[in-house]
This record gives sequence, structure tokens and C-alpha cells, in this order.
Amino acid sequence: MRMNLVTSLAFLLAGSTAALAQSASDGKVKIGVLNDQSGVYADFGGKSSVEAAKMAIEDFGGKVLDLPVELVDADHQNKADIASNIARQWYDTEQVDAIMELTTSSVALAVQALSKEKKKINIVTGAATTELTGKQCSPYGFHWAYDTHALAVGTGGALVKQGGDSWFFLTADYAFGYSLEEQTSAFVKSAGGTVSGAVRHPLATNDFSSFLLQAQSSGAKVIGLANAGLDTSNAIKQAAEFGITAGGQNLAALLFTLAEVHGLGVEAAQGLTLTEGYYWNLDDQSREFGKRFFERTGRMPNMVHAGTYSSVLQYLKAIEKAGTDETEAVAKALHEMPVDDFFARNGTVGANGRMIHDMYLLQVKKPGESDEPWDYFNVLSTIPGKEAYIDPAKSGCDLVK
Amino acid sequence: MTMIFGIPVQAFLGQLLIGLINGSFYALLSLGLAVIFGLLRVINFAHGAQYMLGAFVAFLLLQYFAVSYWLALILAPIIVGLLGAAIERTMLSRLYKLDPLYGLLFTFGLALTIEGTFRYLYGAAGQPYSVPAALAGGTNLGFMFLPNYRGWVVVISLVACIGTWLLIEKTKLGSYLRAATENPVLVQAFGVNVPMLLTLTYALGAALAAFAGVLAAPIYQVSPLMGTNLIIVVFAVVVVGGMGSIMGAIITGYMLGIAEGLTKVFYPEASNIVIFVIMAIVLLIRPAGLFGRDV
Repeated sequence: MRMNLVTSLAFLLAGSTAALAQSASDGKVKIGVLNDQSGVYADFGGKSSVEAAKMAIEDFGGKVLDLPVELVDADHQNKADIASNIARQWYDTEQVDAIMELTTSSVALAVQALSKEKKKINIVTGAATTELTGKQCSPYGFHWAYDTHALAVGTGGALVKQGGDSWFFLTADYAFGYSLEEQTSAFVKSAGGTVSGAVRHPLATNDFSSFLLQAQSSGAKVIGLANAGLDTSNAIKQAAEFGITAGGQNLAALLFTLAEVHGLGVEAAQGLTLTEGYYWNLDDQSREFGKRFFERTGRMPNMVHAGTYSSVLQYLKAIEKAGTDETEAVAKALHEMPVDDFFARNGTVGANGRMIHDMYLLQVKKPGESDEPWDYFNVLSTIPGKEAYIDPAKSGCDLVK
Repeated sequence: MTMIFGIPVQAFLGQLLIGLINGSFYALLSLGLAVIFGLLRVINFAHGAQYMLGAFVAFLLLQYFAVSYWLALILAPIIVGLLGAAIERTMLSRLYKLDPLYGLLFTFGLALTIEGTFRYLYGAAGQPYSVPAALAGGTNLGFMFLPNYRGWVVVISLVACIGTWLLIEKTKLGSYLRAATENPVLVQAFGVNVPMLLTLTYALGAALAAFAGVLAAPIYQVSPLMGTNLIIVVFAVVVVGGMGSIMGAIITGYMLGIAEGLTKVFYPEASNIVIFVIMAIVLLIRPAGLFGRDV
């Protein structure tokens, strides 16, 4: 009985905030960072992304067109319904002008649909699905750091080239996993390889042994991990335990970043091939940001953190160029302006909202090969933006004429 | 090749064994919960956090004091047990007189606080912890490759489960414990220090959770989230087994581990809910749980 009272109170509190009315431009620019701050992707993006957004605002001077720039952030717990509620509240009652980051594909798709309906800008850095700039694209929606296609071309392509022509997938059971599995499969098949099967696991699985055993008995040369964050780390750790890598099968961590390599340790992660849109130790420009970010967070940034910085900065530049924070004008500027910062070199934005920039094929160093902390990768090659991303004309987005 | 339900018999055996390994964790954890609930009537939501603490203590001991896995297996439960005793003494014991819901809410809040603190300090991606050298590698059983460490987990958790059961059901200390919960006033009148017994019980439960945590450290990433991911499942195990039934918790832990393992073969998408489906069915047919006594 008492429990009922508590829960109904909580529901009342959660519901009451959504009822207030909307207001027009209001003498300030307010940016919201909405991502997973407590779950499996909390290191992948999380609070560090918020810090990156703060840095971008500070570097820009804290003001645009003499309007002060404010930042809010929230944890969506990887649940699309919670994310939509927060986004709705931000747009309707808290005068938020744009929402950034949006890790987790299901969340990004939901918030992008809402932003389209409310005529607000959203820039996704943390989520991966190409749907965002495909069938479900939005005139005010942008996709910044990477996507499933870039990962498939990068990591998938590299392994096929090394002779990994038969694949079995361990796939996270939601939009992102499907998208990644589908595109990697298509890529493998087009290169003459085969896909012998796939098994779908729930998000945030602790124990992969069952799935790994199925992958092992499939006899495929490559086991593609179409998942992310803690799930991938656990799968890699347990694959070593079950002698899968020792038995000659290769693991392809399709979405794996510096943050997860750090958590897993180079001992367990050595030799893995992965694709990112940014590596802090690439050159002076990227190192400069990496070091500043490290001083504030105690971690080196991955492509999500660096991408969030880049997207916030570009958004502010676009407002300056448009001379207003009105959505249509800013979106137009974002589509037209080239992106050139430490994150994206010679980046362009397609009509479908895809920011097209170079990606990097990286390999985790062996223990002892790193010269300094966080120096985890060898850069194998640079993947030109045009190869990494789907041509906007073929993306299936109806905004492309 | 011989087939069972459409899959090769070898794969089937492999999955059975994996179910048994995961069941070991469920059994160890639900055992601690059942002990605490059975004797203290406290629904210990902090159990997942205590499991996580066990793994973290092992990790920190290794990191800063170079303490080996084997020593950590003993030290970590003692440290977490002492912490549990302190929590029981200073906070939880004040709530015994109130509705059990207060204990639940308190431990729930405690769990969130502990996990939040560790997430703040160590992030969510987890920390690495290696398998001890003596148990590295694996054995080819013919139908599957069994990592030696997993074999060890099955054996040691069985020993711990049976040991705890014997302690509570067969020893003099255990009989005091059970009597103290049945009628504390009378037991106190015999000169037994009842509050001390209750503190010991909670410490034992916490220590068991920490023990499971150390066992889990080399298998999973040592992450602040490891307990949250597991605790709800473990609660379901306790409910299916019958609240407070110690043997029930152990047997159900292994059974549900196997049920979950098999689901991962036949319909992987459902593997994270199968335990709850079983729980719902059991509650409908036998509300007191499989091994519980009707109150």
C-alpha cells in the first residue's frame, strides 16, 4: 500500500512538468546534451561529452550574437521514452534550442523525430544507425561523428582484406545492432565473403559464454561484435577465456573506442582492429585538444567526446553566420558551411544531414609498445569520407533531390 | 550426429554446463539474500552493491597492495562483511521495529549511493582483472572448451553454498540464529546476545555477496554496474525458490541458470526475461515459491 503511494507520487511528479506552454526566442541560446550517464555507454559518451560541450562554448567565448550560451544535460538511461520526455520538456518549457550527443540509436531516432515535429535542431554524435540520415532523416537533424556504414567499411573491410571471408555475428538486440550487422554483412558479401549466422543478445548482457559457444561452433573465421560499450568489452574478455582467439577465430569489434580499450586494458585488447573518427595522438591539432580535455576530465577523448565538441562549436558558428538562432536559418547555415577543426578535416554536410569526414582505421598496440598513458593505437590507414559514408543521393532520405 | 530438440547433442551439453556456471553465481548471491531475509526479515537491495564491492576490493587490493587473487578471495569478503556489520549496527538495526518496507527503501538508497560513488570514481567501462595464473587456460572436454577458471567457480561456489547451509541448519550457532529470529525476547532471556547475532547474520550475507564478487572479477569487467545488472535476476531466484528458504535459493539458482542457458540457444532474444516468466508462473501456481512454506 505504502509502495503504491510512493510510485503514484513519482508518476505525478514526472507527468506534471510536461503541461506548461511553449515560448519563442528568448534572449539566449540554450543547448542540451542528452545521453547515457549511468549505463553501459557512460564512458563511451556520458559526463565527459557534457564537459566537451562546455569546452566548445567556452572556446567560442560563451556568447553568440551577444546572446549568452547556456548548457543543460540529462541522463536518458538508454530508454527512448525517458529521452523523449526530457526532450519534450526541454523544448516546451525550458527554451532549449538544440539537443546534442544522443548516444543509443533508439533514443536518437525518437528524439530526432520529436525535434523535426518541434522544428528544433539536433546533432547526433553518440548514436550509430544510418537511419538517422536515411529514411528517418530530418531537415533539422545532423549526424556528426560516425555511423554504422563507416564502421562496416572500416573494420569490416580491413578484416575481409586480411582473409576473413566467413563471418558470424553477435548482435545487440536493437536498432543499432541490426543496422550494424546488416551493413557489415552487405559489405562482407559484396567483397565475396559469406555470413554463416547471427545471434541476437539483449542490451547489457553480462555473460556471453552461450553466444560465444554458438559463434565458436559456427566455424566462421571472423566473429563480428555488432554491439558496443561494456557489452563488447565483456564479449572480448570472455572470448579469450573460451580460447576462441587462440583457436584461430578473429574478433571484429565493430564499434569500439578509446574509452573501452582503456577499460579492457591493452593486454586483453591488443591487436584488435577498430574504426574511429578521431584519435587524440594523431597530430598536433588533435593532441592539443586531447591534452586540454584530459586536464579537465582525467581521460583522453574518443570520437564521441571530440565529435560533441566539434558539433557544438559548429552550431554556434552557424548561428553567427545566420545572424539569428531561428531554426530554419541555422539549419541552412549548418548544411552550407564546411567543417574544419581538429576533429573533422575538410568535412562537408550532405543534404541528408550527414557530416562527411575522414575516418581512421586503428589497431590496438601491444603492451609495452605504448610510449605514454592512453597511447593505445597505431593508425593503419585513413578512410576518405566519401568511401566511409553513404552517398547522400543513395541514402534513402527524401530531402535529397 | 545425435540431435536434441534440433541442435547437436554436443552444443546442448555445452550450454547445459554454461547454465550451471551462471547458476553458481545466482545460487551464491540468492543464498546471501535468503539468509538475510530469512533471519532478519530485511529485503537487502544493497546485495548487488555488496557483490560489486567485493570485486572492487579485490581489484583495489591487487592494484595498490599487490594482493593475489587467492588472498583477495578471503580478504575481500572479510572487509565487505565488516562494512556490512558497521552498516547493520549503525543504521539498519534502527529500522527493525518498523515496517519491512523501510529496510527495503534504506538498502535501495544505500545501493544507489555506493554504485554512484564508484561510477564517479572509476567510470562505467570497468576495470580489468586477470584470471589467476594457476587457473588460466582451459580443458577440452570433447563437447566444449571449458576454461579452467569457470570449472573452479562451479566447484568453489557449491562448497560455499553447502557450507553455509550446514552452518545455519546443522550447527549450534545456526540454531541460535534461527531461534533468535523466531522469538528474540525468549532467546535473549537465555543470555544469548541477540543484536550481535543479527549483526553477524547481515555481515555473513554481505560477505557471501563479496565472495561471489571476487569470483566474478576475472570473468566480467569489474564495473560499478555489475551488481545492478544481476540483482533483479537474483531477487527473482529468491522469489521462485521461496523467500527465506536457504536450500530453495541454492537449488533454484542452479535451475534458473540452466533454464536461462538453454533459452540462449533456442530463443536468445528472450534470455533476459525467461527467469521472470518462470517467476510469474511459479507465483501463480505456488505463491510461496517452490520451496517456501506457506505462512
